[in-house]
Amino acid sequence: MATTTVTRSAETRGDASPAGRVRAKSPYPTWFYLPAAVIYGVLFIVPTLIAFYFSLTRWSIFDSKFIGFGNYVTFFKEPALVTSLWHTLVYAVVTSGLKVVLGLLLAMLLTSQILARGYLRSVVFFPVLVSTIGVGLTFTVLMNPEKGLINQSLAAIGIQGPGWLTDPSYALLSVALVDVWKGVGLATLIYIAGIVSIPQEYFEAARVDGAGAWDNFRHLVLPLARPATVTVITLSLIGGLRSFDLIWAMTRGGPGFTSDVIASVIYKQYQAGFYGLSTAGNVVLFVVVTAIVLPLSRFLNRKEVEL
Amino acid sequence: MPRKNFALSFLAIVLSVIVFLVPFAFILLTAIKDQQQASLLDFSWPHQFRLVQNFVDVVQARDYMLIIAFINSTILTAASVTLMVVFGAMVAFILQRRRGRWNGLINALVLAGLIMPPAVVPTIWVLQKLGLFRTMPGLILVEVAFGLSFVILLFRAFIGTIPRELDEAAIIDGAGPMRLFFRVILPLLRPVIITSVVVQSVFVFNDFTNPLYFLPGDQNATVQLTLYNFASQFNTQYNLLFMNILLITIPPLVMFLFFNRQIVAGMTAGAVKG
Repeated sequence: MATTTVTRSAETRGDASPAGRVRAKSPYPTWFYLPAAVIYGVLFIVPTLIAFYFSLTRWSIFDSKFIGFGNYVTFFKEPALVTSLWHTLVYAVVTSGLKVVLGLLLAMLLTSQILARGYLRSVVFFPVLVSTIGVGLTFTVLMNPEKGLINQSLAAIGIQGPGWLTDPSYALLSVALVDVWKGVGLATLIYIAGIVSIPQEYFEAARVDGAGAWDNFRHLVLPLARPATVTVITLSLIGGLRSFDLIWAMTRGGPGFTSDVIASVIYKQYQAGFYGLSTAGNVVLFVVVTAIVLPLSRFLNRKEVEL
Repeated sequence: MPRKNFALSFLAIVLSVIVFLVPFAFILLTAIKDQQQASLLDFSWPHQFRLVQNFVDVVQARDYMLIIAFINSTILTAASVTLMVVFGAMVAFILQRRRGRWNGLINALVLAGLIMPPAVVPTIWVLQKLGLFRTMPGLILVEVAFGLSFVILLFRAFIGTIPRELDEAAIIDGAGPMRLFFRVILPLLRPVIITSVVVQSVFVFNDFTNPLYFLPGDQNATVQLTLYNFASQFNTQYNLLFMNILLITIPPLVMFLFFNRQIVAGMTAGAVKG
């Protein structure tokens, strides 16, 4: 009781006389926001806002000139740039889909009665912490069409492996697979946390009712691990849509433009000195990320658990 | 006690070795091979062990570039993680304790920082106006700006578990805001401080994109940039390239061995509550 009165009185006093709200009076001063707000405001919010203006300019090192929607017209007319938009979506959907499915399966496996559980959890999770560039370069070598370990191993069992990164129709998916290899540990970890938090009584009750492994999975784990699924989907979609370093380390968008995504287009246009076009790409990326992630997380969070 | 499933365990262990351990073994084996054998790119036992020689070669390459890169990465990681944790904790503390009309907006901005991709070229423009482009302080501040959101969310959830009575007791004892936060609250945040320091250190250390944009050039290259540049220069010396990859993998490995529990706690935050 005492608590509420104290805080209540402190708040009403502050509201009644804003001018009298001296710094020293409130135990929770607003200026605590200041250092973070300055850095975040100057280096994140301001650039995000001025991006909308600069995306409408022809912009080089020296000056910028307002040209209206010219950059967007270029962006959507140039086939190489439009396909990058498409590739971004494919990449994000493939990686997050695989991470959900594999992450859930691995988490089921790693919470079951199994030997070497600690070892398995560590080994699945460790790639998450390793440098993306290191992973990318390693797999570029492993995926070498003639000499690489993957195709050598496939040849040993009589399968002719594709040119993972050199064949235009596989390059993007190969990179996506490496992304899954590196990122599935995080999805697994999130699912494990979700599954472990399900009360054991539910499983006992299910066993009394004669539920099998599949019933447990379908009617207990799947609905009750829903927050974990929401987290995995949201995180991996955000990561997938923004992903740049793995693609850049492995293919640099090639062969041709077949594995270019928006983030790599932004970098390429920046390197080429087309700052306005690069920024327009950045705005397109904002819009894509917001248009996908916001409604999705609203939708996913709204639906209640149905037992 | 249900019995262990041996067949499934065996299958899982074999698959984990093939899928997850072989790539790391490949890095290690290639890193200790001589140049000819490494260029075969195969998975084989080294003819000669050149661990020390390759290590010395890769360190000496391009005037001890790797040493400089490790120093730069250490400075970058230490400075940016310190700043983002202190500033983030301050924001989270006020955000959790004070119920004002700005809370909604601040929460939205925090979430935006997690979701929105940064606008790279405009950020360069801002840095240039401030005279911070291509400088280490500039990159440090950029990492702080991009990492704050995650830290704030972690801290806010944890501060919610600290009873307000504690604040009030301190205030009655005459503590001002600074004293209250730095002397009373901050020491209680130890677990979440360790978690966020470890997780963010790994992120910043492994970051490639931001140094590529905001700190180009050889003098102050970070380890990830150096590795990337090595890849184009050393495409005939795979043993040195993989020695470099091996060296860059060691810091996260050490973090993982010592702070596994904290990393897991940080990365799964929110998974249960949603």
